[in-house]
Amino acid sequence: MAEVSLTGVTKSFGPDVALDDVTMTIPDGSFVVLLGPTGAGKTTTLRMVSGLDAPDRGQISIDGRDMAGLTPAQRNVAMVFQQYSLYPHMTVRQNLEFPLKSPILKTSPDQVKRKVGEIADILQITHKLDNKATELSGGEMQRVSIGRALVRKPSVYLMDEPLSSLDAKLRADLRVELKSIQADSGATLLYVTHDQIEAMTMATHVGVLDRGRLVQFGSPREIYEDPVSIYAASRLGQPRINVLPANVFAGAPTGAEQIGLRPEQIIQGEGEDSFVQRVEHLGDQTRLHLTFKSHDIITVTNAHTELRTGDIVKIRPNKPLYFGANGARVA
Amino acid sequence: MSFSVTEPNKGTKWFAGVLVVGYALITIAPLLWIIATGFKSPADSISYPPKVVFDPTLEGYVNLFTDRTRATADMLEAEGEPQTWYERIVREQGTVIIGPSRYGERFLNSIIIGFGSTALCMVLGTAAAYAFSRFRVPLKDDLLFFILSTRMMPPIAVAIPIFLMFRNLGLNDTHLGMILLYTAVNLSLSVWLLKGFIDEIPVEYEEAALIDGYTRFQAFYKVVLPQAATGIASTAIFCLIFAWNEYAFAVLLTSGTAQTAPPLHPDDHRRGR
Repeated sequence: MAEVSLTGVTKSFGPDVALDDVTMTIPDGSFVVLLGPTGAGKTTTLRMVSGLDAPDRGQISIDGRDMAGLTPAQRNVAMVFQQYSLYPHMTVRQNLEFPLKSPILKTSPDQVKRKVGEIADILQITHKLDNKATELSGGEMQRVSIGRALVRKPSVYLMDEPLSSLDAKLRADLRVELKSIQADSGATLLYVTHDQIEAMTMATHVGVLDRGRLVQFGSPREIYEDPVSIYAASRLGQPRINVLPANVFAGAPTGAEQIGLRPEQIIQGEGEDSFVQRVEHLGDQTRLHLTFKSHDIITVTNAHTELRTGDIVKIRPNKPLYFGANGARVA
Repeated sequence: MSFSVTEPNKGTKWFAGVLVVGYALITIAPLLWIIATGFKSPADSISYPPKVVFDPTLEGYVNLFTDRTRATADMLEAEGEPQTWYERIVREQGTVIIGPSRYGERFLNSIIIGFGSTALCMVLGTAAAYAFSRFRVPLKDDLLFFILSTRMMPPIAVAIPIFLMFRNLGLNDTHLGMILLYTAVNLSLSVWLLKGFIDEIPVEYEEAALIDGYTRFQAFYKVVLPQAATGIASTAIFCLIFAWNEYAFAVLLTSGTAQTAPPLHPDDHRRGR
């Protein structure tokens, strides 16, 4: 296991800047999730670390060693791809053995057998080992694909939206599985997703990417509670943070143009009137769609609320976030 | 709207059956005719009107596999009674067998040249197709068009220069010469076909192999090649059929050691050997 650091990494594809001067350190044994919409540079970052692409400028080092010019094999990284994850002409067993039998590792047959058996147990695919890779369901394929990364002990695991093609239940199961495997093995893991639940549940650190720039790097809690901008604040939290003009509530600090309110920052029953537009019962919680001075607000209330469309609720902000005109945090 | 499947009545079934069998007979007739011709005597095989009913004989096959010479009545007398069935057949033509024909040898030449050029075509074609498919090659489109353009002229149009070139290089009537010639003609086709097949294989598989600790060549060999196998096989069949069936250059450029099977046949008929 190892620390991975990126220093001023920049990469362009033709006129498009995919990564713009990204500097971050992925501590040894951490689970780092890169968050951002499509095109933010998440996958590009992974490919730079893996060695599949080379940065135009900047330096990447793993365990203190500069990786410039080293092939993916020499870097000793494992990667899980979003799709086309298994070699279709091989069986599940052959897929899992493939990295172990590489000329770099040259594992002995006994070891190969033992390790493949262990991983198959963990991922519950023992009964499918001799199936062809193409005969598996989507969920099984992705499990094998993760298994192919876990079967060896690389310096860092790279995962590119490994769960995005799975159904909700399987995704939840594998989330727990992955987190516990990482916690047990102390592996360093760099994980790309646009699913904030994956980020919140698994990450020790979250990196928020915006059009190739790393805008914030910190623990999920830090990014949730102390975001640097509206963009970073919008990455985490369900329902999303409400952003309104700062002057709709009294008490905005100077320079604040916008106010950001997460559901727990809205106190109900005090302050000024808002109208209930819609009530969504989600079971464990209830969402309220409110209109406050002609602005829409979505918040959460008691699961057994008696509120109905057309009712009036008083609300007031509690320790809200303030942002400037350009979206940057001011208070 | 609803559809129902009803069992056709007996008459319709019979009619359909007769139609299918009739069509099958028409389709298979030429093949049956080819096979039947193989068992006709040379005279029957070219008679007009064609003979549907004939005396089957192995004369054609005996002629193909033996070398014979015309003999006078005295000589035939001196030979004595024919010992074997094939001697009897040639005796009726007024000839005697003086040895096996060179057909076997020439058939072997066909195999060496056909398979040799196909193998060379596949090795060079796969390498070129992989490079065109995966790497940033300067002037890629122009190069591909240039490769295709080598087929925009019938190769036989340059028969004379090729003949002279082969003579000067000492490639006349050699296996190597014919293999090189057929490879040159087929390579453009195989590069284009194979590039199509390799384009279909997602690049992620190779990237996964690179990360799994393999070199690019090993990734190509262990991951791309097995997946391209069906495409390579079908391209190889195209190349083999062309090389096997090529006639004009074979007649022009080979005369003995490297002569392939097809150019033998006209000799066989004309000279009555």
